[in-house]
Amino acid sequence: MIRVQGLTKRFGDSLVLDAIDLEIQQGEIIVVIGPSGTGKSTLLRCLNFLERPDAGYLEVGELRLDTQKVSRREILALRRCTAFVFQNYALFANKTALENIAEGLIVVNRWPKAKAHARAREILERIGLADKADAYPASLSGGQQQRVGIGRAMAAQAEVILFDEPTSALDPEWVEEVLGLMKQLAAERQTMLVVSHEMGFARDVADRVIFMEGGRIVEQGPPARLFSEPRDPRTREFLRKVLAAQQAAVP
Amino acid sequence: MAILDVGYMVELLPILLRYLPLTLQMAALGMVLALALACALAVVRVLRIPGLNGATLLFISFFRGTPLLVQLFLFYYGLPQIFSALTQINGITAAIMGLTLHFAAYMAESIRAAIVGVDRSQTEAALAIGMTRGQLMRRIVLPQATRVAVPTLMNYFIDMIKATSLAFTLGVTELMGATQKEAAGSFLYFEAFITVALLYWGIVELLAWLQRRLEARLNEAYQR
Repeated sequence: MIRVQGLTKRFGDSLVLDAIDLEIQQGEIIVVIGPSGTGKSTLLRCLNFLERPDAGYLEVGELRLDTQKVSRREILALRRCTAFVFQNYALFANKTALENIAEGLIVVNRWPKAKAHARAREILERIGLADKADAYPASLSGGQQQRVGIGRAMAAQAEVILFDEPTSALDPEWVEEVLGLMKQLAAERQTMLVVSHEMGFARDVADRVIFMEGGRIVEQGPPARLFSEPRDPRTREFLRKVLAAQQAAVP
Repeated sequence: MAILDVGYMVELLPILLRYLPLTLQMAALGMVLALALACALAVVRVLRIPGLNGATLLFISFFRGTPLLVQLFLFYYGLPQIFSALTQINGITAAIMGLTLHFAAYMAESIRAAIVGVDRSQTEAALAIGMTRGQLMRRIVLPQATRVAVPTLMNYFIDMIKATSLAFTLGVTELMGATQKEAAGSFLYFEAFITVALLYWGIVELLAWLQRRLEARLNEAYQR
């Protein structure tokens, strides 16, 4: 289980996260939506200290920490029980698909290379890229790269996988295959916290949708409820705009 | 116009080749030492290590800002007057020292640029899976920075091979020194210096060929 308490982050004068409280149950799939610049990505990045929060408490599995007095070792421990999927994939350009997935197991978990590669092959099988094991990122399509990015996150066997707009940088033709893989993970009850503009995915897959604006959680609930009867006027306004835009995009 | 004495050139070549090992040894040793020093300087610059950063900037500024010949004379003729321990310094040692420091200053900057040039999101990805800074450098950043740095570093190596000829001004009989002596004996200056020029050129071409092969190997991962 994950518990976030009073998580606060400032960039200069602007308050990007305003004392966020959040609980995530094991196996829960949460999608965070909201206008850009409202702290969704920052929330994710604070959960593994890619950004250093200014205040707040984090609890992930066995680990509890006060973000104001956290040691280097605690940050490493936190990162080892979370996994991150980046908008721009961020694959290691000098490593093959197989090596990208095995890298953490070898370097961080100190597995023998053979064992790590065997696990990486299993994962490549699951993400449908068994034939691309020896391909370097530069030779993969965007969709394939992001699936490897997800595979790398899967290898970590983390308490939670954090997805930071995983399909936003993709050409439309590759979006479905990435969402498909995420649905597969959701069906296996992998705990997921997803920042996304894919309303269809949120509606079909999420257990809970969180609407954020201005560094706060404005409203949250099961997608059926949140999408059909949003309570806050800001949520209504956002959904109206986004859904209109997405419907317009569908022929 | 006198006719080129090709026969003399053919006779001269094996004599000059005896001095090639010394030239190559100075260049190779200078390159290894310069690379090690340049890596250390680059890391200081990238991590902005307090205290050392300023000293590094001063070092780079001085050794890039003054002629190599001046630096060599400073080491060989100047320093022994100040530090009596250095009176034993021989020309070869002084030359290697000068080449090392001079080229380290240049190479530090290109290594630094190559490190900084590695895509930042990969750094974040490595940190996100729980790598330490050291692991990140060793496994992700340096291998990619190497690929970027190799062409310029090879250029410096080529430049350094040619710069070893300045050691002759410190009384070292290397390739250039030997040529000078032979030419002074035969008075066939043109033949002597064109022979040594072709020799340097050949070595550099050989290195350029090696460089192309190395680059092709390093670029394997980046082919679309």
